Amino acid sequence: MAMSVKPERAELSAEERYYLASQWQLMWQKFRRHKLAIVGGSVLVVLYLAAIFADFLVPYSKDSRFERITYHPPTPLHLFAEGKLRGPFVYGTTTTRDLKTLRLTYQVDEAARYPIRFFVHGEPYKLLGLIDTDIHLFGVEEPGAIFLFGTDSIGRDLFSRIIHGGRLSLSIGLVGVTLSFLIGVTLGGISGYFGGIVDTVIQRIIEFLISIPTIPLWLALSAALPRDWPVVRVYFGIGIILSLVGWGGLARVVRGKLLELRELDYVLAARVSGVSEWSIIRIHMLPNFASYLIVSVTLSIPEMILGETALSFLGLGLRSPAVSWGVLLEKAQNIASVAIYWWTVIPVLFVIITVMAFNFLGDGLRDAADPYRQ
Amino acid sequence: MLRYFFRRFMYMIMTVWLLSVVSFLIIQLPAGDFVTNLASQYAQQGRQVDQARLDNLRLRFGLDRPVYVQYFSWATNLLRGDLGWSFRQRQSVEKVIGDRIGLTAAISIATLLLTYLVAVPIGIYSATHQYSIGDYFSMFVGFLGMAMPNFLLALILMYILLNAGQSVGGLFSPDYMRAAWSLGKFIDLLKHLPLPILIVGTAGTAGLIRVMRASLLDELGKQYVITARAKGLRETKLVFKYPVRVALNPIASTIGWELPYIVSGGVITEMVLNLPTTGPMLFSALLTEDMLLASSLLFFLNVLTVIGTFVSDIVLVIVDPRIRFTEREA
Repeated sequence: MAMSVKPERAELSAEERYYLASQWQLMWQKFRRHKLAIVGGSVLVVLYLAAIFADFLVPYSKDSRFERITYHPPTPLHLFAEGKLRGPFVYGTTTTRDLKTLRLTYQVDEAARYPIRFFVHGEPYKLLGLIDTDIHLFGVEEPGAIFLFGTDSIGRDLFSRIIHGGRLSLSIGLVGVTLSFLIGVTLGGISGYFGGIVDTVIQRIIEFLISIPTIPLWLALSAALPRDWPVVRVYFGIGIILSLVGWGGLARVVRGKLLELRELDYVLAARVSGVSEWSIIRIHMLPNFASYLIVSVTLSIPEMILGETALSFLGLGLRSPAVSWGVLLEKAQNIASVAIYWWTVIPVLFVIITVMAFNFLGDGLRDAADPYRQ
Repeated sequence: MLRYFFRRFMYMIMTVWLLSVVSFLIIQLPAGDFVTNLASQYAQQGRQVDQARLDNLRLRFGLDRPVYVQYFSWATNLLRGDLGWSFRQRQSVEKVIGDRIGLTAAISIATLLLTYLVAVPIGIYSATHQYSIGDYFSMFVGFLGMAMPNFLLALILMYILLNAGQSVGGLFSPDYMRAAWSLGKFIDLLKHLPLPILIVGTAGTAGLIRVMRASLLDELGKQYVITARAKGLRETKLVFKYPVRVALNPIASTIGWELPYIVSGGVITEMVLNLPTTGPMLFSALLTEDMLLASSLLFFLNVLTVIGTFVSDIVLVIVDPRIRFTEREA
């Protein structure tokens, strides 16, 4: 059977293929044309991979400190020295203390050149939590040091910390969205399926949740998390808080779609033909609104990421020793210090890029999921 | 229509009541209360804590009673206009909040107005010049505005102003900080308002531009527009007279979620800029478990948006005949 199908496929014209394509194939075709969405999606893949393989990608661990190198500005990469190509390298720096301000200042020392080595041995770690290794993607030989994004107040490499921070920042949105997805689909489904008084009550609750400002509510809820909780518990606590406030939108989408689909002719036809309720939901209705669910989920992740960043920035979200983009930004509250150590706000660039990528991706998915848009 | 107003009003009252319950209960969630918080602070400072004195405090603040009794006394006092006592500041909540609620409301409303004033024209331009450079630019800025956390924008603008030699932060110059309200103080306030308004408004404006653009684009493709154009109506007149007016309706109904959004973003901005408003106060009240103060602040912030939504719903019904008529039938 399978043998005979293949040659037939090849003979189909473009038009025939269009008519024979499944809904998902059509969506993929439309999605591919959406350049920004492709860019957004690719950026996200890169960011998530970077977070997963953070230990390997960064030269230092998230907690290793260079005690004498606090607030070191980003180290520039160089290719040429004395007019010749020397491959990528960094210059060493010498430290002096400004006697008036007591700040450490760093001077480039052109005599000390440290070439960047790839796949170097460094601090040991467990890749993916399984494999013991000490290979890092890049690094420089001691006593040289490479700080792509500079160091923080106690001399930790900001680049390493940002990539590590992506683990919490990028995943907390997924945790939050999974929870609000479960709540939203359940309550939205109940609301749309049963209708009547249950529907009214759930709709009122959603309207209520949407009508109140989120940040004050988040602040109040996260103030309730005990200060002595371990990082993991706080992390899930924040995830739950974000989702408790955010499920309303999803529930609305589910309910609206369910109500709309229930009335459609093909659902009626299926029911008349004696298809069971469960099969109707599974075979006929679910594929129809799965795409809308994916869109709504994609568009609500960035909100959660921004929420975590804001909470941690204010000191009510994740806290040190946990590393997330929000936690890294906590020190950036003070305008005077930001003005001097501008690189301490670099984590926010990652937040912006992530949020924009999710928005582009979501927009592309929405256009692709809408069968009436060409 | 009166019946609709009445129903809507009753619904608002219900919501406000629910808000009071939620605001009060959330603040009760943390383990311990203000007194345990105080005791741990004393312990950290190495001061002796007398158990009898703590019990005494708890008795005085009424913290020994069950939660529902505390809620009931807070809520009934609220109805009488008495907001309770701030444990931390040792004066009535009313005094502590005082101007702050008003200033927050002023910032929120001014931001709301600015948001619409900026977003609507840009949205119209974007829709009528679809895929032009201006359209792409406004879309890009829109996306950026949505993705950029408020506090970053606040920091950037403060940095620019600092370099320009301007004073930043706060809502008043030092001279007027503690002065009573006067015309001079009011003008001073007006001078300080643009910065927070600009910061809080950016994200909302970005979202609204997209809504306006999308809803106008939907209208522009409709047949009545083609008919009007075929009859030779001038393009500007055509656009502004018909599709824009229709497209404005979805915009008007966005006030319901725009206001919570603004208030929400305001809290962070106010903290970064260190404004004498509700945001920073809520934050410190939450940290010290100054419960009645925190409850009252949370409650007022929420009520602010509920009232705003109510007003916008009423306006919408008056403006949009379609809603008016379906409501009458219902």
